[in-house]
Amino acid sequence: MASALINVPKKAKRGDVIEIKTLMSHIMETGYRHTAAGQVVPRDIITSFTCRYNGEEIFRADLFPAIAANPFITFFTIATESGKFDFEWIGDNGFSEKASATISVE
Amino acid sequence: MKLFGTIFLAAVLMAAGFAAAAEIPRNERRSGYTFMAPDTQTIQDDDTANPGMLWVLDGESLWKRKAGAAGKSCSDCHSDANTSMKGVAARYPAFDKTLGRPINLEQRINLCRARHQEASPIAYESRDLLALTAFVAQQSRGMAITPDTTAELQPFVAKGRDFFMKRQGQLNLGCTNCHDDNWDKHLAGSAVTQALPTGYPIYRLEWQSMGSLQRRLRNCITGIRAQNYDYGSPELVELELYLMSRAAGMPIETPGVRP
Repeated sequence: MASALINVPKKAKRGDVIEIKTLMSHIMETGYRHTAAGQVVPRDIITSFTCRYNGEEIFRADLFPAIAANPFITFFTIATESGKFDFEWIGDNGFSEKASATISVE
Repeated sequence: MKLFGTIFLAAVLMAAGFAAAAEIPRNERRSGYTFMAPDTQTIQDDDTANPGMLWVLDGESLWKRKAGAAGKSCSDCHSDANTSMKGVAARYPAFDKTLGRPINLEQRINLCRARHQEASPIAYESRDLLALTAFVAQQSRGMAITPDTTAELQPFVAKGRDFFMKRQGQLNLGCTNCHDDNWDKHLAGSAVTQALPTGYPIYRLEWQSMGSLQRRLRNCITGIRAQNYDYGSPELVELELYLMSRAAGMPIETPGVRP
């Protein structure tokens, strides 16, 4: 039951710097931990996050085992035109989640 | 006669005072929230940054999902949780007449599954049970905690209080020795806090996950190196009851974030 929380302002003036906040549900198992029986718990993390603004990539992050569970990624961009933000998280074991948000720019 | 009564009462109070420390005065009570760093408070305050909201959202979809032999979902009986579940978490644990003992919110959800959905119980501390509990409790956010005043419940509150005051474990500590006597101090760099469960289930940064009040209680009991109790055991529910009576009148914060 993976789910994302996205916070993008609904409206902005052209040229405004806006903050985008994303929260993705994920256990981010490091691959360095052992069970009580001594077996390694296999790595299970998100490896890549991207954000596209009307199709154009504006932000990308690579994620590593030291990042906490449920990664919270925020960044800034400039509101240039009305449209859509597409977010994508890709990770181990075929993990792939998408979310989107719209903005109207005046 | 009246004089005798007063002397007797004073003697009882003195004995009680000698055996256990005083509870925190009502006007000095502080939510665990107020002990947190501003950065952590910001996480709790922003619903798009609060990881607990991921469980609340999961709970919302579980609320509508049909389960069990009866093929009913929570919403089939309770419809919109925004209205039907408002204030419920503020008065739990509550007395169940059929069982003749108090039950907490998690147990109520599982009882509902057994009695009305004819479904198997969800394991304590599993993601699904935490999600449903968080979703139900979040409907009471901002409402004052109003413990159930049923007369049958009061002996159980008293047992919970006894548990809180009793020294136990290899370290020979009672809950009260930290949470009444030393809440303004630190233990290994962490604030001790006042044992007022206003935000459960909480997202604890240390756990990197959601957890129930009983998970927190079991942590503390391990900390004093005492014999632990199973999830859902009567002792832990009684302790929950007493803790909620301590927090009476304080607002529910679910989903809370704690360090």
